[in-house]
Amino acid sequence: MDAAALKLRRSRRDMLVQTLLVVFVVLVIWVAISTAHTNLTELNMTSGFGFLERATGWSYSFSLIDRSIDDSYSKTLLIGFLNTLFLGLICIVLSTILGFAIGTARDARQLGLNSLATVYIQIFRNLPLILQLVFWYAVLIHMPGPRQAFTMGEVAFLSNRGLMLPGFNVSPTVVLAMFAAVVLLAVVIFRQKSLQPVQKLLLWLVSGSGAMLLLAWIFAPADSSIFSIPAQQGLRFRGGIGVPIELVAMILAITLYGSAYIAEVVRGGLNEVPSGLTEAGKALGLSSRAIWFHVKVPMALRTIMPPLGNQWIFIMKATTLGVAIGFSDLFYIVSTSITQSGQTLELMGLLMLSFLLINYSLAQLVNFMNARLALKGH
Amino acid sequence: MALASELPAQSERWTTFANTLKKRAFRSPSDSFTSVFIFGLMLYMAWTLIDWAILSAVWRAEDVEHCANAGGACWSVIAARHRLILFGLYPYEEHWRSTLACLAIVATVVLSCLPRFWSTSRLVTLWIVGFGAYVVLMDGRLIGQPVVTTDQWGGLALTLFMFSSVVLLGMPLGLLLALARRSKLPVVRGAASLLIDFIRSLPLLTTLFAAAVVIPLLLPDWLNGDKIWRVIVGFALFFACYQAEVFRGGFQAIPKGQFEAGKALGLTPFQTLSRIVMPQVFRHALPSTINMVVVTFKETAIVIIIGFFDVLASANAAFGTVEWAPYYIEVYAFVGTIYWIFIFSLSQYGEYLKARMAVAKR
Repeated sequence: MDAAALKLRRSRRDMLVQTLLVVFVVLVIWVAISTAHTNLTELNMTSGFGFLERATGWSYSFSLIDRSIDDSYSKTLLIGFLNTLFLGLICIVLSTILGFAIGTARDARQLGLNSLATVYIQIFRNLPLILQLVFWYAVLIHMPGPRQAFTMGEVAFLSNRGLMLPGFNVSPTVVLAMFAAVVLLAVVIFRQKSLQPVQKLLLWLVSGSGAMLLLAWIFAPADSSIFSIPAQQGLRFRGGIGVPIELVAMILAITLYGSAYIAEVVRGGLNEVPSGLTEAGKALGLSSRAIWFHVKVPMALRTIMPPLGNQWIFIMKATTLGVAIGFSDLFYIVSTSITQSGQTLELMGLLMLSFLLINYSLAQLVNFMNARLALKGH
Repeated sequence: MALASELPAQSERWTTFANTLKKRAFRSPSDSFTSVFIFGLMLYMAWTLIDWAILSAVWRAEDVEHCANAGGACWSVIAARHRLILFGLYPYEEHWRSTLACLAIVATVVLSCLPRFWSTSRLVTLWIVGFGAYVVLMDGRLIGQPVVTTDQWGGLALTLFMFSSVVLLGMPLGLLLALARRSKLPVVRGAASLLIDFIRSLPLLTTLFAAAVVIPLLLPDWLNGDKIWRVIVGFALFFACYQAEVFRGGFQAIPKGQFEAGKALGLTPFQTLSRIVMPQVFRHALPSTINMVVVTFKETAIVIIIGFFDVLASANAAFGTVEWAPYYIEVYAFVGTIYWIFIFSLSQYGEYLKARMAVAKR
């Protein structure tokens, strides 16, 4: 057989394999659709997204915005989505900060710091996240009641009702404005090239608190203080910001677990910085803090960023464990909606779409940061 | 004489240790202060833990009334309820079978860490024998013992069952997906990439929930099978998609020249793959694969959410009565220790392999 004939036979075989695959996939989808159709007709269900406008009639543990049991499914799902984003972002920020601190300690020559960081990482990384979560939740619900609450200087309380923190005496809309102002300040300040990182951080902290105080002073009710400080009153607290125990347990568990992973990523990155660079820094008379800020971290960030992005995505996905302790994240809301309304396929579709969206945005952010970090000219 | 020749070596080791300590812990006054403070703190925490867990602890189930005023742990709850935690709802008289079955899985994992078993045929045989032994023991049909169906399997035994079946199913599936993703055929490649990226961007819980709740709506009854099998297949798919990326990393480490050399020698593509490329891919992928196995073992714990009576669920049940309710910390400490020992030893083994391979590469 000559080469041309062999080639022809081969391309025919390739076509056959691919056609069979397409036929198989189409067949599976067709079977799925027709089975779903018969099953739904038997259950007397109408498919489609009409149910989104119906009232839910059930309540759940946590929401950032005002809610009631008469809310529509679409609003409840939106609240779940916001809760997931809120929890995920808090955990990402906290575990990144903690992870950098512990990773640096793990990289340190100082034996004490190094051992402490190693113990921390080995404990929290080698236990399943859900085990840690239910453990912290159990510890928190066994906390003493409000009358015997643990207190920090009479402004913050920890009891089995959750964590009570002092806050501003303003509406959620103003809080949102404060948040926007702080983010805006961060963007403006961190773009300044003439400032040192520590100066930027200090400037941001000072101007951020200033902006928040100013907004609180403008919008707080005239007859009361701009701060709202929790005070124990009978079996409950008045004033302040109440953080429910479900949220405290979620933040605690995910942050401890996530920071142990991020610490290993950071240590790996710092470890890969050539020792010649740090020695050059020392020879130039830089302090060890300056070496860390200006030599090690900028160099290490290039290795750290891609795996760090994966950890951020992992943290976002880990919020789904909220369902185990009754924190109303998106997965909790979706699974409750499925049991209540029976619109399984539509709700699962929305859930998957939301996570694809979240992960895609995070991946874009990481790509953007990678591009900014890349060495110029490479 | 032998003793005399060892003595200088001993003291030398001691000086090296003292030197390291001097360099890394007591270089300057502030350094010494930090060291003393941190080591003091760690000793204090270790002492508190030892005191709680051992010295002031109550051990025997009969002594439970002493627990309330003992300062330490109340291990009576473990003494009384460990069978529930380890074996769940498995019939009490048959617990020896569950124990043997768990040992079979543990032995399989330990044996696959020995280089002697590192060939495809040996590993496959080992895992099929180990897993088969587990199923035969737990089910009991083939060894002439009372039959125990999967809905009665529980506790640590169920966790190990899920873990080993996920790895056993997921590993070949992952290899298949990795090969499909490198295929020359655009449709095959596209389908594999789409599946891998889709599953990887969803939380595991979503995949498992879909397998448990959505699949019964979509597939005809005869294809559905038990919930436990659907969840295992869903979990294995999740494992396979991550493992496919691990294999892909291994493939990328193989120079293209090797495929060409295989072709030039007249080997068929299958021969080149199985005799030349795959052995190297497995080698390159080994540390990440162990990492993946460790992660899977940890993630197995979330099946409690979709209603399986795994070791975490049986732990919750163990302190679920009025008598034992105050001792939840002891139960979680017990389960946590089991998990920790498994995960820590596996991941340390992975680190050891990574270090050993780094030496080989130099």
